[in-house]
Amino acid sequence: MAMLDSPRIVSSRAQYADSYTLTRYLETGGYVALRKALTMFPEAVAAEVDAASLLGRGGAGFPAGRKWSMLRKAPVSYLVVNGDESEPATFKDHFLVERDPHQLVEGVIIAAYALQVSQAFIYLRGEFALGLERVQQAVNDAYSEGALGSKIFGSDFSIDLVVHPGAGAYICGEETALIEGLEGKRGFPRIKPPFFPAVTGLYGEPTVVNNVETMSNLPWIVNNGGAAFAALGVGRSTGTRLFALAGRVNNPGVYEIEMVKNTFRDLIYDPALGGGVIGGRAVKAIIPGGVSAPWFGPDLLDLPMGQDEVGEKGSMLGSGSVVVLDETSCVVRAAWRITKFFSRESCGQCTPCREGSGWIERAMYRLEHGGGRMEDMDLLLDLCDNIAPGLSWPPQQTTICVLGSSIPSSVHSAISMFPDDFKAHVLHGGCPHD
Amino acid sequence: MTDVIRTTVNITVNGREIEVKAGELLIDAAERAGEYIPRFCYHPRMEPVGMCRMCLVEVEGPRGATLQPACYLHVNDGMSVCTNSEKVKKAQDGVLEFLLANHPLDCPVCDKGGECPLQDQTLAHGSGETRFIEEKRHFVKPIEIGELVLLDRERCIQCARCTRFSSEVAGDTEIAFSGRGDLIEVAPSPDKPFNSVFSGNTVQICPVGALTAKPYRFSARPWDLEQVESTCTTCAVGCRIAVQSSGNRLTRVLGVDSDPVNHGWLCDKGRFTLDSIDQNPESTDVLSAATRITTPLVRVKGVLEPASWGEALGAASAILRDASATPGGVGAIGGASLTNEGAFAWERFMRGVLGTENLDAQFGDGLDPVLLQALTKATIDEAARAKTIVTLTGDLREELPILFLRLREGAVSGTSAIVEFAFGPSALRSLARVSLVVRPGEAHLCARSITDHADAPAGVAFSNEELLEARRLIGESGEGVVFVVGRPNFAEDPRVIENAIRRFAERYPDARFLVALRRSNVAGALDMGLGSQLRPGRGYDAEAKGLDTLAQLEALRRGDQKAVVILGGCLLGNVADVKGATAALENADVIAVTGHGGATLGYANVVLPAAIAHERSGTVTNIEGRVTAVTPKIVAPGSAWPDVAIAAELAEQMGQSIGLSSVEQTAKTIEETTGYPALSVMNDEVHDGAVVGRSDASSLRHALDPMAFPGIRSAESVGLASYTGAIVEERAQGSVHTRCATLEDLANAEPLEVPLADSYSLRLVVSRRLYDRGVAMGGSPSLHNLVKPTTLGLNHVDLDRLGVEEGAIVSVTGASGNVRLPVELNEGVARGSVEIVFGTKSATGEDAVAVLYDPTSVISQVRLESR
Amino acid sequence: MSHFQPDIRHRAEELIALYPRARSAMLPLLHLAQEQDGYLSEAGIEEVASLTGTTSADVRGTAAFYDMYHLEPVGKYVVGVCTNIACLLAGGEEFLEHASQKLDCAVGSTSSDGLFTLEETECLADCDKAPCVQVNHRYVRTTTPETFDTLVDDLREGKLDHDVPSHGTLIRVRRNGGLRAARQEIVDQRARSSAARAQRAEEAK
Ligand SMILES: Cc1cc2nc3c(=O)[nH]c(=O)nc-3n(C[C@H](O)[C@H](O)[C@H](O)COP(=O)(O)O)c2cc1C
Ligand code: SF4
Ligand code: FES
Repeated sequence: MAMLDSPRIVSSRAQYADSYTLTRYLETGGYVALRKALTMFPEAVAAEVDAASLLGRGGAGFPAGRKWSMLRKAPVSYLVVNGDESEPATFKDHFLVERDPHQLVEGVIIAAYALQVSQAFIYLRGEFALGLERVQQAVNDAYSEGALGSKIFGSDFSIDLVVHPGAGAYICGEETALIEGLEGKRGFPRIKPPFFPAVTGLYGEPTVVNNVETMSNLPWIVNNGGAAFAALGVGRSTGTRLFALAGRVNNPGVYEIEMVKNTFRDLIYDPALGGGVIGGRAVKAIIPGGVSAPWFGPDLLDLPMGQDEVGEKGSMLGSGSVVVLDETSCVVRAAWRITKFFSRESCGQCTPCREGSGWIERAMYRLEHGGGRMEDMDLLLDLCDNIAPGLSWPPQQTTICVLGSSIPSSVHSAISMFPDDFKAHVLHGGCPHD
Repeated sequence: MTDVIRTTVNITVNGREIEVKAGELLIDAAERAGEYIPRFCYHPRMEPVGMCRMCLVEVEGPRGATLQPACYLHVNDGMSVCTNSEKVKKAQDGVLEFLLANHPLDCPVCDKGGECPLQDQTLAHGSGETRFIEEKRHFVKPIEIGELVLLDRERCIQCARCTRFSSEVAGDTEIAFSGRGDLIEVAPSPDKPFNSVFSGNTVQICPVGALTAKPYRFSARPWDLEQVESTCTTCAVGCRIAVQSSGNRLTRVLGVDSDPVNHGWLCDKGRFTLDSIDQNPESTDVLSAATRITTPLVRVKGVLEPASWGEALGAASAILRDASATPGGVGAIGGASLTNEGAFAWERFMRGVLGTENLDAQFGDGLDPVLLQALTKATIDEAARAKTIVTLTGDLREELPILFLRLREGAVSGTSAIVEFAFGPSALRSLARVSLVVRPGEAHLCARSITDHADAPAGVAFSNEELLEARRLIGESGEGVVFVVGRPNFAEDPRVIENAIRRFAERYPDARFLVALRRSNVAGALDMGLGSQLRPGRGYDAEAKGLDTLAQLEALRRGDQKAVVILGGCLLGNVADVKGATAALENADVIAVTGHGGATLGYANVVLPAAIAHERSGTVTNIEGRVTAVTPKIVAPGSAWPDVAIAAELAEQMGQSIGLSSVEQTAKTIEETTGYPALSVMNDEVHDGAVVGRSDASSLRHALDPMAFPGIRSAESVGLASYTGAIVEERAQGSVHTRCATLEDLANAEPLEVPLADSYSLRLVVSRRLYDRGVAMGGSPSLHNLVKPTTLGLNHVDLDRLGVEEGAIVSVTGASGNVRLPVELNEGVARGSVEIVFGTKSATGEDAVAVLYDPTSVISQVRLESR
Repeated sequence: MSHFQPDIRHRAEELIALYPRARSAMLPLLHLAQEQDGYLSEAGIEEVASLTGTTSADVRGTAAFYDMYHLEPVGKYVVGVCTNIACLLAGGEEFLEHASQKLDCAVGSTSSDGLFTLEETECLADCDKAPCVQVNHRYVRTTTPETFDTLVDDLREGKLDHDVPSHGTLIRVRRNGGLRAARQEIVDQRARSSAARAQRAEEAK
């Protein structure tokens, strides 16, 4: 049975229709945490976050506290919040920016204070027109409240926060591409090393990049202490996490559940959560962690949803998305569509990603729409191997960023899990589901 | 206690331990150790981008061996690398296969076919069979992205070499990547063609046939070509080049990477002007710069008629014998386009045979050669690395484009601060720490306000803070400062700028100077003694008295001087005072030694055809005093001779000898009698640059960027001594009796009478652009379309004040009449001035400079009427 | 002469002032140029180039990287239908096909009345309401052919003008100005906090 008694940490205001307004925010404990943080030394605030063991919610799952502490050696110049959320089937940041923008802004200010950064940016996906308006409004409100600007809340600390709209490019979710976008350039991920923007980030200066959800957790952590957060979940995966459930389920949506304490089955089937597969059909596969992640079969439905638990089984919690494919879903079409996404979203720098994604997409298209050949499966696997040698997990890279090495995930999963479906496509001369 | 900084580290490549420079890139370190790692996007002169992924190699790390790109991985001690494992091969083959997936298989019709790294790689590694059965990406066939460059997008492999060149090296970002993913393409702005003066470099560094040069396209196949290493003489920077021909036809010039000079880059004028050298049979009018002079000409009954060498030399010697009977009756003007050997021969002829001291290698558009000799010189490298660079020149991108690139590098990287004396528009402006906009006639006063902390002239556009900042950057003694000095305004008495230069030289003993005069071998010609008081081997004789160009013209007009020998170049095309020069030539016997036609020949009695660039051997000296060889690639057309032969035969004809018989022997004589380096600079056995056969594939490895042909290592990079500045002086001092001029040798500067500006007049700035109607452009069918008609450049403040609209045609009145010119808004022009570009013509064919220039005054002033 | 109308120009200057470097304002400025002209016109691109100290080749190349900028004129309403994985599983492709018929224009083109441009988009992050549709980047949440048809009719009649502002108008809430921490303050603060941190570290020893 699902464990649903954990506190709502980031989605506590979801019940209110006016959850995005300052009035509601102040009524429900808004800015208490920031005031508290300002009475603490910055290091003490950072220590709470460290104690919380808050794993980054953007995809890579790097502990926020560790990221910040790497920077304490060199003072950070900029804080950048990643709200580019474009990983297919991920929509939890969308929920946060539209429904609780003040919580995000407060979290950003707390982080800025902990890092002693005076200039922060929230990079929001351009297609979030409403989200942009709501976050900008929240920022404006925060300025008039005295929570942003010079000497906030009468403290010695000043901070400026700029809301930066993206313009439609998935790759700008990758933190170095995002920084390029923030510098007004095309979103080409930067070469690594340096591996973290912490070393050279925005304008070549040390920069912290954190996800919207990561930031939104901070007010609660400051109010309740890092230990309270760490008490939730198991092992490295602490606290709660937002999961965006989509695909062939009765109740798709964003659900905040405690880490590790619930399984994929809980998320999909609990009546308070996914409510089961549409029409009571069987699960054919699930895509955990966004389309960059390798797929799971129904055999792994009882896997606890924790970072390491999922990692050990060869996939990832990634962006906090779970897509359910049922027995009527065509896996070839699904994998083709995902490759098409990568092909359209490859920034175009690295040859394997730029050319490989297009090639694989076209071959997959043939399989799905007619013209597939039996040898195509081997060809596809070999092309995948040329992009991510060894097809292991975590993938090896031939490219600058991991978008490239994510391309093989779905194709490799689909071919290895469902070879018969591919053969059926070849024999049928296209998709047998059509 | 001093920390020992390790400059080398040890790494293991394929099991072999090698010592490499600390922090260098793995791709370079491995290459020097003999392990060539394939690559497409990496260019050693630009920041690595790691885009093509061809250079993946296995590097040992904490998580075992992983594939890493060698092009941006810096070596560190103990690094262990494998470049030839199965895994590496599979990854590289995979990248190659991906690159070829959408690449057209049109090698047989591709310009790059035969010298294409992608083709080479494919032949060496590719499986030969394509697994790609999908439809290839299609684009409309080649588009002209500029006047000289075509882009075939299908062939592009997205390596970003061209776009990086444009933004990183040239700094003009005229082309950029557009789009995303596999739709990414290189694109100029739709309304602005890619006409950067550096556009040809993108063609040279393109690793495939995506960018091609219009002038070269389809003109030859690489295996038909032969090449030699030489030096570009289009301007005075001295870029190292490979000159290629197919048979006796020049086909292509490519940049060779010379570390101290051009870094492999060339400007488009230098790169593409070769069709002005190759005989252009369509043009026969001797008054046109597009015409090659291929046979001697003698004026018979007012008309220049073809003649034999014997007849022509006879006619010339008669004229010279007559004229030299009177003291000062003869002189020579020009010589900057000669080789050092040619200049040396003519110097021997003029001084030795004719006994005249009336010599001047410049056309009155340069600077006092004694002052130049007296300055402590800097090399280009020193200038580019100087703490502070002070420029007193015109727009360097237009005058000496590659020098601009080199100085830009220092400014962009932050190692140098630029203090600019700005006389007109300048590409360095946006990079300069301080830009002092100087009006005509005031450079010396502005210099004084820095050197003597004096007040700046009233009404200047710069603030006291800027002045202070300039002073601070120059410091007390000028240590670490390089002054780049030239001739920014041809409508201004040269003494204004000379006075300023001298002031700086006297005030800052530790400063160095780089002389940014633009005409090809002007430094060499002066070093060979083509100037009164100058002596071969950069020598000086204070006792000698002779006339410079302007004084000779004056003497010719007065009839004191009877005859003049014009040594290369068109005098009338190069002086501001065209009227005065014409009057002088009309009044004189004129012998022109030249490779091209031109207006001057309208007054010549005898024309002697000379071999020019790429047809002659010898040495030239660049702006920094570096002596390098020029190598002939083709045979001069018709019966043109090398200058040494002409001077020697003419002497013979007059019953004398200059003791010179061939270029080689002349070079030797120069070295023996003056100590000045000549052809021996190229004698070193190790140097493989003199002649490189195209088939010699191993020589490819020597080039810094093997992706961009010609695969020649420059003379410098193989460790040949370079002879610049102080070294030349030292060598010369040791072996001959002449000495170098010093600042003390300069006469006291006379005060300059600069007329006061009235509010109706505007001061005239006549500046240079790269693209003018000179021989290089005017004679080149591929380039001449790039020359713009004359316009009148004005600042918006003056435009508003005068109530004229941009583009309006106005009447401008100057010293000898008026012309009608369109007005162009140009914020680089100082307030109260107008700018006209030298060597251009108005839409109606008028030479505006000739009309507006005032030879009687320190500055020229003009008036505008908007009707 | 500025190509931007005075108000747009004013907002452009406000935007530039928000960033440490002018070029950083590139993306919002391009949104602004698009708001004025409906797409990125040559003149708009040049204006942005001069405001950010870049070249028009650079601006155009940058803009072409991002899907939301249109280098050619588009309809007043840009209709985006997602067909990515969640929407695919909910019939996104069929939905797109329906939209194409209803609007009578092919995917990627503009209807003959110039009112609608239809685009197939990647995931719009609203996957629980699949198939997901945006008009001018506003979620319209119509998931059936019938509601889509009503939507189109409403748009045609201007009934949704408030919810779906004209194409290009991305952010209607402006920063209400004047609150930017002064640059000097930022610098001072950094110095202050480093000093304080060093002192605390010292005390901790
Ligand atoms: C192709 C790609 C896309 C990404 N997209 C996002 C995104 O949309 N949102 C996000 O927060 N992180 C995204 N990331 C992860 C970021 O690079 C970065 O790890 C994250 O923003 C750090 O924040 P966190 O530590 O709070 O998770 C993406 C990474 C890659 C490689
Ligand atoms: S892997 Fe793909 S998206 Fe990432 S930098 Fe390379 S080309 Fe761009
Ligand atoms: S990625 Fe290294 S040479 Fe291209």
